[in-house]
Amino acid sequence: MPGCRALTASRGVHAGFVCNLSMLKHHHFPPPHAEGAALVEAHQVARRDAQRGQWLLHPTDFALHAGERAVLTGPSGSGKSVFLRALALLDPLDGGELRWHGEPVTRARIVHYRRHIAYLRQRPALLDGSVEDNLRYPYTLAAYRDERFDAARASALFAAAGRGSDFLARNTSELSGGEAQIVALVRVLQLDPEALLLDEPTASLDPESARAVEALVAGWFDQARSARATVWVSHDPAQASRVGARHLTMRAGVLEEPAARAALVQGAAQ
Amino acid sequence: MSPGVLQNLGIGDVAIAALLVFVNGAVSVLLKLDLERKLAWAAVRTVVQLLAIGYVLGWVFAFNRWYVVLPLMALMTLIAGVAGAQRGARTYGGQRADSIVSIWVSAWLVAAVGLFVVIRIRPWYEPQYAIPILGMILGNTLTGVSLGVERMMQELTARRDRVESALALGATRWEAAQASAREAVRAGMIPTLNQMAVVGVVSLPGMMTGQVLAGQSPLQAVRYQIVIMFLIAASSALGTVGAVLLAYRRLFSPEHHFLVARLVERRARG
Repeated sequence: MPGCRALTASRGVHAGFVCNLSMLKHHHFPPPHAEGAALVEAHQVARRDAQRGQWLLHPTDFALHAGERAVLTGPSGSGKSVFLRALALLDPLDGGELRWHGEPVTRARIVHYRRHIAYLRQRPALLDGSVEDNLRYPYTLAAYRDERFDAARASALFAAAGRGSDFLARNTSELSGGEAQIVALVRVLQLDPEALLLDEPTASLDPESARAVEALVAGWFDQARSARATVWVSHDPAQASRVGARHLTMRAGVLEEPAARAALVQGAAQ
Repeated sequence: MSPGVLQNLGIGDVAIAALLVFVNGAVSVLLKLDLERKLAWAAVRTVVQLLAIGYVLGWVFAFNRWYVVLPLMALMTLIAGVAGAQRGARTYGGQRADSIVSIWVSAWLVAAVGLFVVIRIRPWYEPQYAIPILGMILGNTLTGVSLGVERMMQELTARRDRVESALALGATRWEAAQASAREAVRAGMIPTLNQMAVVGVVSLPGMMTGQVLAGQSPLQAVRYQIVIMFLIAASSALGTVGAVLLAYRRLFSPEHHFLVARLVERRARG
């Protein structure tokens, strides 16, 4: 993709780039970036339906850089979740590889990777017990053996979401869907991830909870803008414009970035 | 009838008992259970299978060669292994092989302890001991294995969201699966534990009854039964743990993916 690259350099666009197989045949990997490797970089990552052999996600290149807030829209069933789960390495890939800070994510690093590149699902899955039990759960895992649960910090996060200090003692079976999602998000945020992969986290929430989720994510991002990034899948155009500066679309398993494509066409015309 | 002499049963005596199947038939007809066909089939199978095994065992006992006894034991084990994989609404590729392996290893290991260390049979393949004892161990191990693996698949399906959330947080595959595996092993071991708790009080085990009928002193019969109970308990525990771990290895990849697509609904038979 020489055209692609020249363009990147000449326009100073260091934001990530989407080049689908259909668009570009040759890809030099990894793409050069003066300021260093992308936070997460997908190279020809693909997913297939095991039974029917159909592409769920066509071979896709994608780079997410620190400081980026990407938002992904597209019809339901188009493969948005498949793509996000592929980025989270939650499903076995049927092709391609992921790089994290320029290094391939090997079997030994996969747990470590998932700790830092956190995936939040649409329907929160909490454990039985109290909110605090749920926040303590990650610290029982080997990946966090050096970390300790910080109740003050958790309370501060809940306060930012408009929940009182008694919230930690609540039983998860009494929580509303919105509250459960806030718990799931705080459970992730307390662990200081580098990137958040948000899979329609507010799709089934009341407006108040949705705003709380957005505020929590924004607060986390603003703490260290230069080191953090998000990919947010959303159905809601208003939300999409709020939570993302970089717009991606997914259609029938093909990821596109309209702005990048427009730039490419423009570049080719010149 | 003097002690030590067994009352021989003629074909006519057996036929009288077999007529009792009409009790079941009447229940089925009166309550519209629609089980007549199944009942008839089950009754025929009981008679044919037992008559057949009677002839086979009679011949094997009389012939008394290791190269006949061992293949027969292997065949019994295979049948138990296949039956152990036939339970439940779901299955996974390789379940039958896993079932055969776990039942084979656990039952033969424990049977060897029972036959060579405890009972000390001579010659080492003495079919009069080896075959019925292996048979009892197999029957109970197969129950444990099939219940355990069925529960494993149930738990993983029911807890899928939690399992995936745990993985997304950075749990290893074992950390994500262990709650389900524990429940599964528990489910597999419960029948044996229940049986051990009521043996002699509620139920008189078949083997003990048989020995007493054959004229052995109840005290000797009880000792044999105690040995058998512990052999059964050990083998079903071993077999259940083995089968659950094998299922775990099939359903979770070394890259810490939960391979949920491998869990498939069993096609209804017939």
